[in-house]
Formats: sequence, structure tokens, C-alpha cells
Amino acid sequence: MERLDQLFVLLKKIILQFAESFLPAPLLPFLSILVSITAIAIFAPLTMMYLTWLERKVIGRMQNRFGPNRVGIYGLLQPIADGIKMLTKEDVIPLGADRVTHFLAPVAVVVPSLLLFSVLPFGRNMTAVNLDIGLLFFIAVSSIGTLAIFMGGWASRNKFSLLGAMRAFAQMISYEVPLVLSVVTVVMIVGSLSTEKIVEAQSGWGGLRWFVFTPWGFVGFMLFFICSVSEVNRTPFDIPEGESEIVAGFHTEYSGMKFALFYMAEFLGAFAYSAMAATLFLGGWQGPLLPSWLWFGLKTFCLVFTMIWLRGTFPRFRVDQLMSYAWKFLFPMGLSNILAAGIWYHTPFPLSFIFATWILLLSFIGLSRLNPTGTRLERRTYRFAE
Amino acid sequence: MSYGLGILKGMSVTLKQFVESYTKKGSIVTVQYPEERREDVERFRNFPILVYDEKPEAPRCVACDICAKECPPKCITIVRDRDEQGRGLQKPKVFDIDLSVCMSCGICEEVCPFDAIFMDHQFELSAYDRMESLNYHQEKLLKPNSYLHQIRPTDATQIDAKLKAKEEAKKKTQPGTTA
Ligand code: SF4
Ligand code: SF4
Repeated sequence: MERLDQLFVLLKKIILQFAESFLPAPLLPFLSILVSITAIAIFAPLTMMYLTWLERKVIGRMQNRFGPNRVGIYGLLQPIADGIKMLTKEDVIPLGADRVTHFLAPVAVVVPSLLLFSVLPFGRNMTAVNLDIGLLFFIAVSSIGTLAIFMGGWASRNKFSLLGAMRAFAQMISYEVPLVLSVVTVVMIVGSLSTEKIVEAQSGWGGLRWFVFTPWGFVGFMLFFICSVSEVNRTPFDIPEGESEIVAGFHTEYSGMKFALFYMAEFLGAFAYSAMAATLFLGGWQGPLLPSWLWFGLKTFCLVFTMIWLRGTFPRFRVDQLMSYAWKFLFPMGLSNILAAGIWYHTPFPLSFIFATWILLLSFIGLSRLNPTGTRLERRTYRFAE
Repeated sequence: MSYGLGILKGMSVTLKQFVESYTKKGSIVTVQYPEERREDVERFRNFPILVYDEKPEAPRCVACDICAKECPPKCITIVRDRDEQGRGLQKPKVFDIDLSVCMSCGICEEVCPFDAIFMDHQFELSAYDRMESLNYHQEKLLKPNSYLHQIRPTDATQIDAKLKAKEEAKKKTQPGTTA
């Protein structure tokens, strides 16, 4: 059991021990880093490839279709076929484009989403880089992607691209606020920004003492998850690339592998955010019986599946709905969640539960009432026309 | 103010479809084409054929040129056959239909006064070159009456009865010529 749990850690140890026999000692730390990087560099594109497959399969099933089933059994080789297609496609750069920025944008969008993987605790002792400020690093690096999206939209010299990029900016900045607010509660309770420490803080109760089972944790999880769906531009928050309105948004002018890189960033982001949500609120790799990395993978998979499920279910938000949802509902909810977490921290157990639940329940009902749903149509009067 | 319950309701619908697609037979509507096929429908129509009764040298078509004139995209080319003296015969020498132009409207079948041209069920007509192999000549278009009975039994029986009645009527009005 212990062996299985530490399978990948042992594997790395074996590689390092083997290298010790012929490498000089000062080079060993670099090799250790290299091994971790290689593992991530293999794991990340593979994840992305099979997430596209999973997404097409699941959405197909939800729409009473088969999804890909031609290339390989169950269409399992479809991502490879797509990759070959993407690589052999012509790479078009628009005439008026800013060539350098246009070229750099897809790179700049993928690199941060790969960097996100470095602080994820994939299992016990399986964080590639155990930073003290892992969570801060995650949030900071994940917002670089927004900049790259704007680079792409701006450099394309296309009105649809620019509109998409503007929308992406507005959306991501709005949703970053409730996202960070929901994370703050975890930091308040744990007292550390390190992802390892956060997971360790959720140990106990046979591996089921996850933050999501507390009132503030539940609300925080919901907020974090909703915001992360928005941060990676997935339906129903995909107005930056709303096909029915602005062609393909910021990546209208991209083709071939560059287009695939934007896609890769989206899927890697979806995976990384799901993994982070699992780390922060679902106990990371904590769990009974199964090995730690399997627990982590399972939780992340469930969240990714939910993202795909959301995409298969909902239409796109309107821009004004999107903004008012972020600022009028998620933001105040995040603030009251911080209050609830503070009270939870300072009062003894049964009282803290009651207080926190009441605060959150009241603010949820109150905010739902203050935010009227449905459209109220009014007769429009023109003052100057007519 | 549904407090987010509408979201859950919507998601339960898609989840139900997702699960049913694995458990319930027939919930996936896709027909896996080359392996599976839809059942042939009698009224299906795609591209015309010419029908002959006994032998392909004597088709029902009399080269009246009506279908060529009525065909909206003008994809039928007909040249009347002539004997040695140059007198017109009642059969076509050239009868070409250009598949790449035909729009499968079936007007040729409707206007033909001699019930010689019919819409076929064949739809796998792709070819590697777009000029010659898509221009269907008379030899390729000609099909026996039995084939028509096979693909469109109802229509073929009706038409046979009609043709027979015509023949009888002809016999009655001109007893001298047919005797
Ligand atoms: S197919 Fe019918 S309409 Fe066309 S030329 Fe022949 S007899 Fe006339
Ligand atoms: S089906 Fe329509 S388009 Fe095709 S040959 Fe007949 S009349 Fe012309």
C-alpha cells in the first residue's frame, strides 16, 4: 500500500540513484528538477489531448450522439489524428497583423498554464515545486494568460479578435475578484499559502475532513468553481469566443498549431483549476483506502467532468448578465463568506457551525432576492428621435 | 428567484440523457452509415434512370425532348437517332444527364408523357473525376422495367397498368392497323 502510494516518488528516486553513478554531485539537483519537468511536460499535453476526447465524447452522449468513434477503438486515437491535422495545416498570419506579438501570444498563453502544474500537489510528496507561496503563485500565474489573450486579440488586427480580447479582459478581471475572495477563506483557516500545508490541514476523520463539508468551505468551493469555469473561458462563460456573435473571439485569426495552443491553454487551465479546487476544498490527495495520487486524479476528474457537463447543458451568458452576476452576486457572497470563515475560526464548534450557516444562508437568500431574474421589458421611449 | 434550482434541473436533464445513452437501447439517433443503413423508402428519389421494357436498344423514351426543355438546370442533352435516309427515329441517339448539374428535382419524371424516365434510389454516386465520370450516358442510364419494380413496386405496377390500358385503347380505335 505504502509502495503504491509512493509509486511515482520511488520512480524518481530510482532514476536519481541511477544517475548518481555517473553524474557529478553538483548536477544532481538540476537533474531532479529536470525529471519533474519532464514528468509535467509529458503529463500536461497528454491530459489536454484526452480531455478534448472526453469532452467530445461526453457532450456527444448528452446530445444523443456517439462522439468520436472512428479512429481507434472508442475513437481513442482521435486526439492524435487531430494533432497531425493541426500540424499540417497552413499557418496564416493576417497582412496587417503585428507579426511578433501575433506569434508570441499562443506561446505566452500556454507557458503560464503549464507553470500552474508545478505547484499542484498530485499526491503525497508529489508537488513538483513546494513553494511557500504556492497558492499566490497559482493565482498570479493564472492571470498572465489574460494578458496573452489580449496580445493575440490585439495583434490580429481584426475587429472580432479585438472585441473578444476586450470581453476576455473584462470578464477575467471581474471574476478574479470573487475567486481570490473564496481562496482567502482557506488561507485564513490554514494560515499558510503552501498547497502542501493546505492539504495537510484537511487530514483527519479517516481522510474525509475536507473543507467542503464546512459551511464556509462549501460556499467557497462553489464560488471558486464557478469563477474558475469563467477564468478558463468555458461555457456558459465563453463570451470572449462566442461563436454566434464574434466568429471565434480572440483566436479568430489563428490557424493550425497556434490555434491548437490556445485550445491547449484552455484545457490545461480547466484541469489546473479543477485540481486546485480539489486541493483547496476537497482535501487534495486525502482520502481513505486508495493511493493518494488516485484520489487526487479522481477528484480532479469529477470536477473536469462537471465543467464538461455544464458546457453540455447551458447556453452562453449575455454580457450584462455575466457582469452583474460577478459583481452583484459572487462578490458580496465572497465577502460574507470571509465573515463566516472568521466567525468559524474564533468561536467553539457547535456555535461556529450555526453562526456560519446562518450568515451564509441569509446572504444567499438576500442576494438572490436583490438580484431579480428574468428580463423586465419596458417600453422604450426616445427623446430625440421622432 | 429560483435560488439556482433551475441550474440543477437543467443539469439533471443532460445527465439523464448521458446515462440513458449507455443504458437505454435506441436512445442514440446516429446511424453509423457505411456499416448501418436506413431502410430504403419507396418515395426516395435522387437521380433519373431511363426505363426499357424488353431490350435496351428499344427504350421507352421517344426522344421528344420535353424533359430536356423542362429540366430547370438544363442538364439533359438529347439527340434524336436517325436512320440511313436521315429520317428521325423514335429513340434517342445521345441521352446524357450531367450528375454534377442535376438537382434531383424529379421534374423530368413528372413531365415525361411516355413514362420513360424515373428517379432512382441510388445515392452513392461519387467519382474521382468531375467531368467524364459524372456525365451519365444512355448506356449507364438504361435500366430494365424489372429494376423499377424492385425499387418502386407501387409506382411501377400503376404505370404498367396505365400503359396497358393505353395499348388496349389504341387497339380499339385503330383495329385495322394492329391486326
Ligand atoms: S425521357 Fe420522356 S420526356 Fe424525356 S425525351 Fe424521353 S420520352 Fe421525352
Ligand atoms: S431531376 Fe431535375 S435536374 Fe435532374 S435531370 Fe431531372 S429535371 Fe433535370
